[in-house]
Amino acid sequence: MNALPIWLDVLIAVLMVVGAGFALIGSFGLAKLSDFLKRVHGPTKASTLGVGCVLIASAAYFTAGALSRGEGASVHELMITLFVFLTAPVSAHLLVKAALKLDPTTRPPAPPADDRGQGRSESRPS
Amino acid sequence: MTVLALVLPFAIGAFGVALLLAAYRLLRGPTLPDRILGLDTLYINTMALLVLLGIRFDTALYFEAALVIAMLGFVSTVVLSKFLLRGDIVE
Repeated sequence: MNALPIWLDVLIAVLMVVGAGFALIGSFGLAKLSDFLKRVHGPTKASTLGVGCVLIASAAYFTAGALSRGEGASVHELMITLFVFLTAPVSAHLLVKAALKLDPTTRPPAPPADDRGQGRSESRPS
Repeated sequence: MTVLALVLPFAIGAFGVALLLAAYRLLRGPTLPDRILGLDTLYINTMALLVLLGIRFDTALYFEAALVIAMLGFVSTVVLSKFLLRGDIVE
């Protein structure tokens, strides 16, 4: 490893620990929680954030290395970060749609009607 | 010994445990969407693990592998979910 300034070293280490912790918590929730609609939460939020932190740490590390050699910044990890942040909600949405199609009884009940709003008054219990 | 070299094995180990938990859900999962979700988490964590290995060995080679895994993993998740939704992939 090339020598980094101490603040950048600590920053990358902190990003890495936070990312690994988030990914671990997300996967633990995936393995531990009781219901599919609860289990979706873990990977789609925590793991995405964890992977984003690790990718940003990697971008900072390789940018520091490239700048010390007099080259340009190395930001192509941000491409993966953007891609993961765009695609994780899409895949989670499709997974939940598939789960609700397979077992429609797991669909949670609709929220209670609001008295102040217009419309939806036909569903208000009398 | 820098802080980064101290922290890197811990992060790699945490991602290894995360991979094991996702694999448990992939093998155990009671329903099919559970298994697909386990596979989804598995490839996302694998991607981060490859990036960490790229830092560990100080090479940019693993980045390409991570990019390919990200794209193919997303496509496979979408295709499997569409297959569960419609019973057919090409509509």
